[in-house]
Amino acid sequence: MWELIGIWLAALLTLCIFSFLYRDNPFYRFAEHLFVGVSVGYGIVLTVHQGLIPFAWNPLRDAFTQQQWIGLVKIIPICIGALFFARLFPAHGWLIRYPIAILIGVGSGLAIPNVMRADIFEQVLGTLTPFAQIHAGELDPFQIFGAILMLLGVISTLTYFFFSVEHRGVVGGVSKIGIVFLMIGFGSAFGNTVMGRVSLLIQRVDFLLADWLHLI
Amino acid sequence: MIEKLMNIDRRIVFILVGLAVIIPSLLSVSFPITVSQPTRSTYDYIESLPTGSTLMIGFNYGPSSLAELHPMAEAVIHHCFQQKVRVIGMTLLPDGATLGDDMLRKVADETGAIYGEDYVYLGFRPGATQVLLGMGTAIDSVFEADYAKTPLAEIPMMADITNYEQIDLVLDLASGSSTEWWIVYTNTRYNQQIAAGVTGVIVSQMYPYLQTKQLIGLMPGLLGAAEYEKLIGRPAKGTEGMSIQSFAHLLVVGLVILGNIAFFIQRRQAE
Repeated sequence: MWELIGIWLAALLTLCIFSFLYRDNPFYRFAEHLFVGVSVGYGIVLTVHQGLIPFAWNPLRDAFTQQQWIGLVKIIPICIGALFFARLFPAHGWLIRYPIAILIGVGSGLAIPNVMRADIFEQVLGTLTPFAQIHAGELDPFQIFGAILMLLGVISTLTYFFFSVEHRGVVGGVSKIGIVFLMIGFGSAFGNTVMGRVSLLIQRVDFLLADWLHLI
Repeated sequence: MIEKLMNIDRRIVFILVGLAVIIPSLLSVSFPITVSQPTRSTYDYIESLPTGSTLMIGFNYGPSSLAELHPMAEAVIHHCFQQKVRVIGMTLLPDGATLGDDMLRKVADETGAIYGEDYVYLGFRPGATQVLLGMGTAIDSVFEADYAKTPLAEIPMMADITNYEQIDLVLDLASGSSTEWWIVYTNTRYNQQIAAGVTGVIVSQMYPYLQTKQLIGLMPGLLGAAEYEKLIGRPAKGTEGMSIQSFAHLLVVGLVILGNIAFFIQRRQAE
């Protein structure tokens, strides 16, 4: 019985959302607001149960009930985190700078070396390694063409984004090649996006035709 | 005529796309599927894992991306349980918490996999970066209990799993930036092998990581699911969806060509 109610509710909400394809209407707005409200509520409850309780509440509770005094250390991050709410009190609003400063400092410290390695050094290595393989005679002609094409794409695309020199002459020509590579990249992204969006439609149509209407 | 074509009501396009999906759904048509190398690499890696190996799956997607990533999750988990590869499920997004739990239970029911011996579901923890880095030291420092609140120390499967050193592969099923987090904080820092299954919208961003072998495999959207289903010989929602998808793609290609022809004719007439 509950499953049937759930299917009907899901089907009607799906139709409410699809009604936007005709034009904006109260049914669409109802379903949209319901979705936002449920998502936020669900996220908050889950974060409290999976984050706040195990990492903040339980250690403090254990400190006082089971004399696991190490749990009292958690008071420091809890107090720093609580400073985010200083924004609610205009006279003490400046206190929010401390948790933000800590978050940015720790976040940057963790991210910068790892991002530099993962997104810059490894990518440069990945672009140049095939040329060492060409030198060692490990690549076939098709792979050699791919390696050269990739290098040409990287250099020309980076040239397009190099604005310290006017894009005329050789620089202009190379940056135009970069535009071609960018367009191919955007085309690929668009094609994949179409595939993704159509997949969502297929899943909803499958739900409506199979689970709701039992037509397939 | 050309004027009308250039100013066609977008709702007509919606109806055509709807029909291109509904009619093939009712007729149950099917097209052959060719397996791409990035999907095959993921399959081959799992296939080569010895019995008792461990795969960690990140269910980092919500209901809005379920259509593309749920079939993928189902196919990979089936493969793991067939291969006797143990599965640890977790998520960095609150939306993915119940989806991962449901999927693992569903496949376990179909294959007879036992909770605590063949698979474990850790659920969600907030703070993605801290979670990924914390698991590198000790998984139980982040997830002291599983999704059902059973302490990890009481779960037999977790007895010999402390951190990434005991995990043979991480598969991130992602609809957002989580694959990049895994690469930056887990592959780069802990040298953890990572594969990804991502939505069509973000797959283009992932290919550079595949080329540098920061990802050992990549499954693109519903197509990736269909390819994996073909590899394990178990056609399901991915295969069904891709056959229908082909009709929608033909329509979109046709509309793009038609729109371009109309555009160029109109421009020539204006000149």
